[in-house]
Amino acid sequence: MQGVFDVLFNGLSIGAVLLIAALGLAIVFGLMGVINLAHGELMMLGAYTTFIVQNAFKPLGDSPLFSAYIFVALIAAFFVAAGVGLFLERQVVRYLYGRPLETLLATWGVSLILRQFVRSVSWSIAIGLVLFSLLFWGGQWVLKRRLDWNQLKAKALTILLPLSSAIAIIGGVVLNANKALAKPWFSARNIDVTAPSWLRGGVNLGSFQFPVARLFIIGLTILCLLGTYWFLQKSAWGLRIRAVTQNREMSACLGIPTNTVDALTFALGSGLAGVAGCAVTLLGSVGPNLGANYIVDAFMVVVVGGVGKLIGSVVAAIAIGTVTYLLGSGYLPLWMTQLGLTETLQPLFDFFTFFSTTSMAKVMVFALIITFLQIKPAGLFPQKGRTVDA
Amino acid sequence: MSYSQSPSAVASTTEAPNQPMLDINNLNVYYGESHILRNVDMSVARGKMICLIGRNGVGKTTLLKSVMGLLQPRSGNIVLDGQPINRLSTDRRARLGIGYVPQGREIIPRVTVRENLLLGMESLPKEDRKRATMEEVFDLFPVLKTMLDRMGGDLSGGQQQQLAIARAILSKPKLLVLDEPTEGIQPSIILEIEAAVRRIIEATGISVLLVEQHLHFVRQADWYYAMQKGGIVASGPTEQLSQDVIQEFLAV
Repeated sequence: MQGVFDVLFNGLSIGAVLLIAALGLAIVFGLMGVINLAHGELMMLGAYTTFIVQNAFKPLGDSPLFSAYIFVALIAAFFVAAGVGLFLERQVVRYLYGRPLETLLATWGVSLILRQFVRSVSWSIAIGLVLFSLLFWGGQWVLKRRLDWNQLKAKALTILLPLSSAIAIIGGVVLNANKALAKPWFSARNIDVTAPSWLRGGVNLGSFQFPVARLFIIGLTILCLLGTYWFLQKSAWGLRIRAVTQNREMSACLGIPTNTVDALTFALGSGLAGVAGCAVTLLGSVGPNLGANYIVDAFMVVVVGGVGKLIGSVVAAIAIGTVTYLLGSGYLPLWMTQLGLTETLQPLFDFFTFFSTTSMAKVMVFALIITFLQIKPAGLFPQKGRTVDA
Repeated sequence: MSYSQSPSAVASTTEAPNQPMLDINNLNVYYGESHILRNVDMSVARGKMICLIGRNGVGKTTLLKSVMGLLQPRSGNIVLDGQPINRLSTDRRARLGIGYVPQGREIIPRVTVRENLLLGMESLPKEDRKRATMEEVFDLFPVLKTMLDRMGGDLSGGQQQQLAIARAILSKPKLLVLDEPTEGIQPSIILEIEAAVRRIIEATGISVLLVEQHLHFVRQADWYYAMQKGGIVASGPTEQLSQDVIQEFLAV
């Protein structure tokens, strides 16, 4: 009995982490059909934002006020990731709608850039980037006020781009001579976020102990899920998002600004990735490669659940979480011994014993998912009728 | 036929009354390298109903899509109510006052009928959207009121067509563009749709651009344009629509 309870709780707990990581992707990939390989890096940015917010709260000592940093961090992580997502959509992804292969390559490139960015970012790089943005976009903004902007455009960009990058790079190199400015903010090493004191430890229920951090993540996941559901189903922008994902041309004919809707949808999905990044800081240390640990799982959840269905992602996340824990924890061979089935079903016993480590369990889950997708290629809850057009 | 413009519709027309609601000049549209519309000139007068006739595949739908901005013309001008709209995006055009009922109806399938109607109000200015009600379209199409919570995609073809027209009307357009509203719909509903369009014109005095194959409906219009091979080849008042012209341009 204890074992079943343990499997259920831990399965739910792993499922919650999977789901919160996949929720943003369920919107970006599920609803918009954009394969965003930088989704994991948006999580990573959320995690680093949490680290920064925590450091900002450090002077408060171990007071209850410090413990509240996690809520500030959640909001900050949402907006930082949403902002980066918005920038990514406006500058890269929107030119690639309907071209999945190019989107895949471009967002993968963005993910590599973001990873290296957090490794090497220092004051000199940050100042250089700000300088570039000011010169490049500020210059465009000034020039746009001229009436002949449309004729000037091509020429202006060919001058502005190399000029502003040159100034920014030279500025950065000069500033780099200063040791303090050249020192990386985070470096390539992992950083640790200290969970607030009230999230450490556990809640005892009989002989069973629930870690509070895990309960917090489950609660946060439910909250994000309900919030997303409410936004999509009940709000005016949610209706616009659903209309555009189902019939883009007709939505435009009805006067819905499809460009704005695309940007908003992508930003929302990215923001949820940021929240997920903040949540996973409670589980362990944070590094530039954090995203890589989650991106495959997140895509797996969305695909198994059925692209375009929020409920599918929920069921898939909990199912994958439970199966992973059930296999990895070694409960199956244990139960077989208790039931006295070891002798009669020796090969099965050996099989489960072999797979009862975390990494081998993952192999098994992958194999199961591949088998499942052979039987139901469209996932648990396939989209009926008209499919989503990218 | 007789129709009367309501005072409010006259008041809302700020430009000179003889200026057409929609004016298309020398329009050329291509699909890739194939030339679909050739030097099309036509105009829709204020408060009039204009019908575009022609056999299948002569470019009628292409013309309407170009008006909506779903297709980019290679050359030519489209002017709505005195304002050139060639370079505007589709959603801007809708917000300037074009209500579009496309061929095949294009109801948003997985949202409810109520939400489909709400989407019809998207092109209203924000303050008008709050005050807008759906009652007017329930007078025209009472059947919609009984199925507000059904999914748009679950409605029958005739009901979807009524919903599509209702959705277009809710945006209070200056110009209503209808692409074969009676195609594939049972005769009793065709009459209902015809009557509704007539009532809309009488009540609001909006201009209508209609593509139609159904002769009875074509006869309701004030003026016709006939298309052949991507160009306008004949036009005139619909009273003068002779049997020869009908034989030549309508697929009956």
